[in-house]
Amino acid sequence: MTDTLASYSLLAVYSAMAIYAGAFIMFTLDLARRSAPAPARLGASSVVSLGARGGSTTLLERLATDAPSDSQPKGPRYLRVAMALTVVAWVLHVSGAVLRGVAAGRVPWANMFEFTLTATAIIIGVFLAVQFWQDLRFLGAFVSGFVLLALGIAATNFYVDVVPLPPALQSAWLVIHVFVASLGTGFFALGAALSVMQLLQARRAVGKAVRLRFLDTLPAADQLENLAYRVIVVGFVFWTFTLIAGAIWAAHAWGRYWGWDTKEVWTFIIWTIFAGYIHARATRGWRGSRSATLAIIGFGAVVFNFTIVNLFFKGLHAYSGL
Amino acid sequence: MSRPSNETDSTDAAAPDSTRPQGHFDAPETITQPKLSPLGYLRFFWRQLTSMRTALLLLLLLALAAIPGSLVPQVSSDPNGVIQYKAANPTLAPILDKLGFFTTYYSVWFSAIYLLLFISLIGCVVPRTKHHFDALRARPPKTPARLERLEGFTTRETSLDLATAIGRARALLRTLGYRTEIYSSTDTVGDSVSAERGYLRETGNLVFHVALIGVLITVGIGGGFGYTGQRVVVEGYAFNNSLASYDSFNPGRFFTDAALEPYSIALDKFTPVYEESNHNAIGQAIDYTAAVTTTQRGQAPQQQTIKVNSPLDIGGTQVFLLGNGYAPTLTVRDPSGTVVFSQPTACLPQDANLSSICVIKVPDGLSKQIGMLGFFYPSAVNTTKGGLASNYPDLINPILTLNVYTGDLGLDNGVGSNAYALNTDSLTQVAGIDSVTKAIRLGPGDKVDLPNGLGSIELTAIPRFASFDVHHDPSQLWVLIFAVFIVAGLVTSLFIPRRRVWMKAVTGESGLVLEYAGLSRGDDPGLVAAVAEIADRQSQQAKA
Ligand code: HEM
Repeated sequence: MTDTLASYSLLAVYSAMAIYAGAFIMFTLDLARRSAPAPARLGASSVVSLGARGGSTTLLERLATDAPSDSQPKGPRYLRVAMALTVVAWVLHVSGAVLRGVAAGRVPWANMFEFTLTATAIIIGVFLAVQFWQDLRFLGAFVSGFVLLALGIAATNFYVDVVPLPPALQSAWLVIHVFVASLGTGFFALGAALSVMQLLQARRAVGKAVRLRFLDTLPAADQLENLAYRVIVVGFVFWTFTLIAGAIWAAHAWGRYWGWDTKEVWTFIIWTIFAGYIHARATRGWRGSRSATLAIIGFGAVVFNFTIVNLFFKGLHAYSGL
Repeated sequence: MSRPSNETDSTDAAAPDSTRPQGHFDAPETITQPKLSPLGYLRFFWRQLTSMRTALLLLLLLALAAIPGSLVPQVSSDPNGVIQYKAANPTLAPILDKLGFFTTYYSVWFSAIYLLLFISLIGCVVPRTKHHFDALRARPPKTPARLERLEGFTTRETSLDLATAIGRARALLRTLGYRTEIYSSTDTVGDSVSAERGYLRETGNLVFHVALIGVLITVGIGGGFGYTGQRVVVEGYAFNNSLASYDSFNPGRFFTDAALEPYSIALDKFTPVYEESNHNAIGQAIDYTAAVTTTQRGQAPQQQTIKVNSPLDIGGTQVFLLGNGYAPTLTVRDPSGTVVFSQPTACLPQDANLSSICVIKVPDGLSKQIGMLGFFYPSAVNTTKGGLASNYPDLINPILTLNVYTGDLGLDNGVGSNAYALNTDSLTQVAGIDSVTKAIRLGPGDKVDLPNGLGSIELTAIPRFASFDVHHDPSQLWVLIFAVFIVAGLVTSLFIPRRRVWMKAVTGESGLVLEYAGLSRGDDPGLVAAVAEIADRQSQQAKA
């Protein structure tokens, strides 16, 4: 029974990956489409202008870019198809995670394969949910590409059979700590994507030849920075909570709330980098590209913490199951 | 729609914020030239230390400095790893050792960074707290001369008279949580309302930073009063919460014996549960339960259980179940049949199926001191290489093999005092691979003669042992309380907008026109919408 469900789960995951691949292509085509000359669209971002001193986020209107009233009929179609594919893939993806959980009789995030499965589902979930607040579909290629890659690596390299939880993992904190960490990761991922775009825009603004025409259709660097900031601070709150919940759990399971275990160290490093990011954005001379770089380094550290630290570093958090 | 530029009509309201630390993008730009007096330098240095830029650099430095501790094993968390690492890297290790890499988080450089950071933090928070107290008591700032240069500027026509319009605006803003003040311009008396809200944002920010200091102080000081002790207990045995009773003990800096509250814990039974049905995980541990009897002074003994993830609270300490294994009981008799040794020996597990290594020392009672190096297999099977292995952690086919050595065990001069190690260098093997007699092999109840007529040995029983960690940490609760403040302060400070809003009545062509505008302080994406909503609500009120 367990094995049957686990194989259905895997089937759902592979199907989701195939559809994400389609979505990724569509998102990329959309970016390519944006690269075609589109004079009519220019000026959209100048509607929203930020004063020199107005670092304090003054996003005056919802971003006007990509308004559906677009005059190019072919344009957003790619985007709409891409979004639809993403939603379908996501539903399969979530079912895959749920089936895995049912197969194991517990939450589906107790080893690296399961954690990747769930965390990537949450990343897409955050990406989809954020659209209700702000049109960030232009990040689709980045997000779907990242998730596709992560799922592929997980399914081929991290896959393990369903096994019961070792006693140290049998705790409500497994549910809370890991879930919130994944949520935080989702927001940090979007923040990093926005920061990459921001850096590209900033380079272009100072006249560096960035031959990516699609940038014309994206918000300006300072708007991207504000968006990134708002996404990242949400991630930061989740990460702070993860850190504290982890300490509480460690106090229960290992008898001390903090012991500089490798995983604890890296969680702390990440937290510090993003605290640095928040300060950088508030510091004269550090706003803009420098703080964006910190956001990208921070997300890099998140990925590093999950992959390299899990696989190659020694520590108490030896739960990869590999 | 852009933000005010500072040269024109720079009023108090739109001026940069003097409560921000130096280097904050919103703080006034000051160029501080140190006066050439020592005090001047000191002040200059202090201002540098407490500036935003320094805080940022120190934060990033802290992140960087934490990395080495994750790359090489640490004495505190992995002492054996350090020993192995030093053996494997004979040239690099001494250098790393000098630099403090094996004790990263207690090293001079790591401590220096976080202490500087926290001094900077205190130097930053104290003046901000003072400013904030002042701000809490101050009136909202004067209305700027020209609202149209501010954010979200919008106008509504009204038929109300001046006093009513102003009064209503003030009432509305107050219900929305703004603090309000009525100001007059040069030509009209009482023609504008100035309002400010979101003081909680700065409060939250200060609470957050102060709670960080709180965590550091409680960890640094409170932790010093605590202690941790480790003890291995075999089923049927007990231990006391006293220094002599622990196998190892780590006192905090301010520890005194008085901190040890007397109690005893007896391990009645240790029950593991192993997976039996899931064929991917046969033998995997899924539960451990230690049934114990606790005795505290002046109280009747109590039966309790300790599990992983659910420690026992007793006498101001928490008792954790960390490890477990087997402790075969061996009975050694001399040639005349007199028992000279009979006790369980905890064997160190080597793998998930609890193949274990046992070290048994019998210093007295026989003609020679004997030491034995044992290998215990709870479910022994023959390996293809001809040896033994265990294929399940429970006692299905237990076998203990023993290499026997004679000679000076070194117990008198302290060399052999590590109970889990046997230094065989100066001993003679009398049973085992290197000697004529093969290694001794015992199943439950088996009794075998020792070589050279030394006597006999019997495997009388195979109880289990559990290893307990006892912790006393008076700082824990405080750290938790501060952690809650950290999260609360963070959320408040990141998500409560702090904003100023003005409503000003000017005389237009056809009666009174109400102007509205706002100013954000800090990240405030909703400001424009908020100003528009205030304007709309007031004009609806006027119609109603
Ligand atoms: C242990 C070191 C520190 C940590 C971990 C830390 C962390 C943070 C975090 C997470 C925030 C964002 C949340 C909030 O606004 O409450 C923040 C904001 C802030 N911190 Fe710190 N901080 C530290 C030291 C300092 C120091 C030394 C200063 C003074 C120079 C400072 C000044 C500020 C200011 C002014 C803000 C508000 C930023 C804004 O206006 O957007 N912090 N800090």
